[in-house]
Amino acid sequence: MTVAPRGSTAEQGRSELGVALFLGAVGLLVVISAILIPASRIARGPVGPSAVPLVVGGLLVVVSVFLAIDVLRGGRGEPEGGEDVELGGGTDWRTVALLAVAFLSNALLIEPLGWPLSGAILFWGAAFALGSRHYVRDAVIAVVLGVGSWYLFVLGLNISLPVGILEGIL
Amino acid sequence: MDSFSSLMDGFGTALTPTNLLFAFLGVLLGTAIGVLPGIGPAMTLALLLPLTRGLDVTTALIMFAGIYYGGMYGGSTTSILLNTPGESASVVTAIEGNKMARSGRAAQALATAAIGSFVAGTIATLLLALLSPIVADLAVQISPADTFSVMLLAFIAVTSVLGSSRVRGLASLGLGLTIGLIGIDATSGQQRLTFGIPELASGIDVVVVAVGLFAVGEALWTAAHLRRHPVQVIPVGNPRMSRQDWSRSWKPWLRGTAIGFPFGAIPAGGAEIPTFLSYVTEKRLSKHPEEFGNGAIEGVAGPEATNNASAAGGLVPLLTLGIPTTATAAVMLFAIQSYGIQPGPRLFATEPDLVWGLIASLFIGNTVLLLLNLPLAPLWAKLLRIPRPYLYAGILFFASLGAYASNANTFDLFLLLIIGALGFMMRRYGIPLLPAIIGVILGPFAEEELRQALQISNGHVSGLFEPMSIVVYVIVVAILLIPLIRRFLPSKSPTVLAEAAHEIDEAHHHHGTTDAVSVEARTSSEERGPDPR
Repeated sequence: MTVAPRGSTAEQGRSELGVALFLGAVGLLVVISAILIPASRIARGPVGPSAVPLVVGGLLVVVSVFLAIDVLRGGRGEPEGGEDVELGGGTDWRTVALLAVAFLSNALLIEPLGWPLSGAILFWGAAFALGSRHYVRDAVIAVVLGVGSWYLFVLGLNISLPVGILEGIL
Repeated sequence: MDSFSSLMDGFGTALTPTNLLFAFLGVLLGTAIGVLPGIGPAMTLALLLPLTRGLDVTTALIMFAGIYYGGMYGGSTTSILLNTPGESASVVTAIEGNKMARSGRAAQALATAAIGSFVAGTIATLLLALLSPIVADLAVQISPADTFSVMLLAFIAVTSVLGSSRVRGLASLGLGLTIGLIGIDATSGQQRLTFGIPELASGIDVVVVAVGLFAVGEALWTAAHLRRHPVQVIPVGNPRMSRQDWSRSWKPWLRGTAIGFPFGAIPAGGAEIPTFLSYVTEKRLSKHPEEFGNGAIEGVAGPEATNNASAAGGLVPLLTLGIPTTATAAVMLFAIQSYGIQPGPRLFATEPDLVWGLIASLFIGNTVLLLLNLPLAPLWAKLLRIPRPYLYAGILFFASLGAYASNANTFDLFLLLIIGALGFMMRRYGIPLLPAIIGVILGPFAEEELRQALQISNGHVSGLFEPMSIVVYVIVVAILLIPLIRRFLPSKSPTVLAEAAHEIDEAHHHHGTTDAVSVEARTSSEERGPDPR
């Protein structure tokens, strides 16, 4: 919610320099970790495992510099549009954070609770985060999706998904 | 007619009741998912990939061919009915298609798109069948050094698409290559960028990367900017074209095919440039140029045919060289690899049943698409009204399901969120996704070819320069230098390509699908100093 509206170029430019910084940091990380790769005992061929990482890391560092120059000279990455995207209002970080919580709770609960329930929690939570307030209807859809997809994968496609506490029921 | 008899064998493989059923299912699911707002063909493939895991190879690839065509057609439907292309290749379709829809001719626009896709897809698949064995024969002789040079060309080409910022394309490529480096180096057994995390030792699953960048990234990005009022969806009647519609459509279909196939077949570019070329060509040749901008049917028929022909053309480098040129082809490549099959020159010799089965199933998928989508168009239009909270919650739900199902590992779910956050950042700052996904998939292979080439030459760099690879490197340098050359030859008479480039900029500006605007895209007069590529 703190991102400046479009048009305030100074703010936008500063934040895009962060992207250049990120690229540079990743590049440096790749370069340093490539230098730290110990000499291999089973290496084959004259080019070792660190050559390509050095080039890729170098590419990222160079790109980060050029991106920074581009941003300072007024170049801007244009945010992506889309059917449901309304640019101009700033970023709604609250929705994003709630979605991340729903997503992470699935990741944490999938093994103890099983996919039918954790997936349902993910769907319900994401729908809530995105503004749906039909709590009961959402819950029904979520459980149907969770249980239905579990049956589809386990029985229909032979791919195992954790069943968790519903073991013996499903 | 060697290809011909092989193709007939391919139909023998593909035309079993089970396979036909899966082709239908693939088209149905592909269209249903592809038509949803915000989901392009590549994301459709990535999301539906886990569904094919339990099937045998041939059936899975046949289902995939169906998903592929279904996903592409679904994207066109969204463009025409919502004026919001899901991917850059259907930007042009939206220009005239949505105008047609607004003037009550949505059904005709969808029909000319579907029939045009069918015509172009059929001709282009035929060309693919004729051409691929020849290319494969030639390609068998090319050395690792040559293969590496072509992969390098693919990297440079995807970062240099007209109308987008090159520095951001290279940033995306670098990020993709970095993700591709993670894991144990196959040649030396050394761990790279794993930071001692055991789950990273085998590398990051491409499904996780693709689903993370496309699906999770899209859901997070859209959630942050969700339009709170409902979108206008134009109702669709029964698609029936009048005599005049037919007579105005058939030539653009054929011309579109002729433009699209070669552009798809060269390992560079993708579908964006040819669709714009087709649009500009139709505008020039049309007897009704005044209708362009107000819903000219030629402006839908041509680019849609081009799009499909270019997609089929893209299978030539994919199958014969193992090089994908679009995000969709990249996911396709991964799907084929996940069955332990490596597309490349030897594929036609080692897996003839499979290849010809796949090519035959492209014909089948294309036909099924036409049969299914003409009558079902009004139904697909209804899918566009799905409430947005359910749509994006569903995307996250199926993204998690797909990522978890591929390795049954919770770690992948955390990775998925991290990569989704990366996708969010890339969308926010106009960094294109295509180079990243190509880098992830192709990077490890390029490294292998490079190291093999240097092994053959005993470490001498000169081993990388063979007659063919030198030609390819010249092309690479030429692509890199084009902006510089353009600067020294300021605005000569507007060529078709320049006009197309201009249209691309305009349309991008209008739709915001563009990947970025950067200084280099502006007029050259104010430019001085180092080239920000």
